Amino acid sequence: MASLATGQRLKSAVCGTEIMVISAPDADLELTCGGALMGDNEGSNGDGIDPNFASGTTIGKRYVTEDGELELLCVKPGDGSLAVNGTALKIKESKKLPKTD
Amino acid sequence: MNIALFLEMAADVFGSRTAFVDASNGESISYRGLFQAARAKAQVMRESGVAHCALIDTANLTIPVALFASGWAGLPYVPINYRLTATEIDALLARVEPALLVTDAERKQAITGRQKLVVHDRQSFREVHPVSDDVEPWTDAPDAIAVLLFTSGTTGVPKAAIMRHKHLVSYTLMTEFASAEEDEAALVSVPPYHIAGIAAILTSVYACRRVVQLPTFEPNEWLRVAREQNVTSTFVVPTMLARIVEALDGQKSANLPHLHALSYGGGKMPLNVIRRAMDLFPDTEFTNAYGLTETSSTISLLGPDDHRAAHQSDDPNAQKRLASAGTALPGIEIAIKDDVGRELGPNERGEIYVRGEQVSGEYEGIGSRIDAEGWFPTRDAGYVDADGYLFLDGRADDVIVRGGENLSPGEIEDVLREHEVVRDAAVVGVPSEEWGEAVVAAVEVSQEIAVEALQDWVRDHMRSSRVPEQIHFWDELPYNETGKLLRRVVKESFTGKDAT
Repeated sequence: MASLATGQRLKSAVCGTEIMVISAPDADLELTCGGALMGDNEGSNGDGIDPNFASGTTIGKRYVTEDGELELLCVKPGDGSLAVNGTALKIKESKKLPKTD
Repeated sequence: MNIALFLEMAADVFGSRTAFVDASNGESISYRGLFQAARAKAQVMRESGVAHCALIDTANLTIPVALFASGWAGLPYVPINYRLTATEIDALLARVEPALLVTDAERKQAITGRQKLVVHDRQSFREVHPVSDDVEPWTDAPDAIAVLLFTSGTTGVPKAAIMRHKHLVSYTLMTEFASAEEDEAALVSVPPYHIAGIAAILTSVYACRRVVQLPTFEPNEWLRVAREQNVTSTFVVPTMLARIVEALDGQKSANLPHLHALSYGGGKMPLNVIRRAMDLFPDTEFTNAYGLTETSSTISLLGPDDHRAAHQSDDPNAQKRLASAGTALPGIEIAIKDDVGRELGPNERGEIYVRGEQVSGEYEGIGSRIDAEGWFPTRDAGYVDADGYLFLDGRADDVIVRGGENLSPGEIEDVLREHEVVRDAAVVGVPSEEWGEAVVAAVEVSQEIAVEALQDWVRDHMRSSRVPEQIHFWDELPYNETGKLLRRVVKESFTGKDAT
C-alpha cells in the first residue's frame, strides 16, 4: 500500500505496461497491473498475469476509478490490466475539442 | 512527468511517420528520428554543464529537437525573438548564461567573446552522432522548468514567464494521443518564441500529426504551402489572417478543400476579416482560441458551431458572438473581477481572472502572481455574457479614466472602424489638465476625411465623453509581429515623449 503522487511513473511487474499518475487521492492505494503490485522497476514476477486482470492496456488511454479521483495515463502498453484495491480501472472517455493551436 | 515522454510515446507508436517538414527547403524528420536526435542532444546538453538551452532562430527542424532535448536534460528551453536588436539579445543572453545556444550559422559567426555561451548552429546541432544506448533517462520532475519565454516587452524590461513541465503536460493532455490520421498536417507559421508555436509542437507530437513549418510568413507563400502540403489544420494570428484575406482579394474561394480547421488568437480579430475568411474558406471550421503565455496557451475557445451560427444569423445578438472568445476549456475556470477583487456578474466589465492546472502565472525573479485561491489576474479586460461567453475588451491597463469615468478604448475603436473610410483605429488616453486623461485616436483611412467628420461619427454612436479630442492620420498603425497593437507608440506620438 502506498499513496501515489501526480507525475509519478510506475511499471508493471508482469507485463510491459507503464503508467504516469495524472491525479491521485490522498490515500493509500494498492495499484496493480495483471494482478501484481506496480512499482519502480519492471519486474520478473514469476506468477505471471492473473487471468482475471489480463485484458491489456493501451498506450495513450487514460484509466480512472469509478469516482474519478485516481487517473492514470498508460505510457507503455502491456497484456495485464489495471486495478486499484482489486477493482478494475475503466478507460476514461475524453471529450473531443476543436484543435486550437 | 516530463514533456519528453510525449515524444517517446509518439516514436513508439508512429516512429516512421513524418513529424516535421520545413517548407522552406522540404527537409523532414520522422518521429523516430526526432526522438533519437532529442536523446542525443540531451546528452550533449548535460555534458556542456549549462543551465539553459537558448534558441534564436526562425522555425526549422532543429526547433523540436531543442525543445524535447531540453526537457530530457532537465534544462529550461528559452526561445528568443530573433527580431530583437543585438543589444536586446545580449541583455537576454546574459540572464540565461551559462547556456547552450542554438542559432543560424550567420549569427553563430557574429557571436564572439561570450565565455559562458556554448554556441551550436542549427545544422550541426541536428546531426545525430552515435551515442551510447544508455543515455541517462529524463527525470520525472513536474515542478522543473520546461520553458522560459520572454514577454514581448511592449513596456519596460522583458519579463521571463516560467512554464513548468506540469503546466505544459496539463495543456497537452487535452489532446487525444495518436488521434491524427496519417494524412493530417498542421501548418505552423507563428514564430518559435510565441507560446502558440510551442503549444502547436506539443499537441501535434502527442497527436502524432505531421507539422509543416513556415519560417517566414507571407500570405501567398502560406497559401501555396497549405495547398502543396495538403494542410488540414492551422493556427494564425489576426494580422496573418487579414493579410491572407487581402491576398485573396477578388477571389470567391481560397481553394483549400483539405484545410479542415483554422484556429486563430493572439490579438483582436477584426469582424470584417473573420467574416470574409469564412466566406473564402467554406470547407473550413473556425475556432477562436484565447490564451496567454502565462496560461500555457489556450484557456477558452469559440468553436466552429458558434462561428457558423453567428455568421449565418440575421440576429444582431447572435452575430455579436463572432467577437467572443467563447467559453472556458474543461478544467479551466474564468471569473471577472473589479479593482478590489470582487467578482462581477454577467455583462459587467472588469479584469479577467483564470484558474486551472495549466496556469503557471509566474515570472523569474518576480515570483507567482497566482493568489491564495489559485486565481491568476490576466491584466486583460472583458466581460462574460449571460450565456457564459467571454468577450475581451483591451488590457485592464488600457482603460482611459476621463473625468472619473472609465472608458474602454476598444469600444471607441470598434465604432471608428465601422466608418466606411476607416481601415483601422487605435484609441489611447493622454494626460489632460482638465480631465486627468483625454481621449485621442490614430486612424488609418482609405480616403481623406475631416477630423470633425470622424468626431461627429463617434458622437452619433456613443456618449460625447468618448469623442476623441484629437485624431491623427497614420499610413499604418504600429503592431508587433504577432499582431499586438503597440499603444505605447501611439501614445508617444501624441505626448512626444516616452509614456512608460
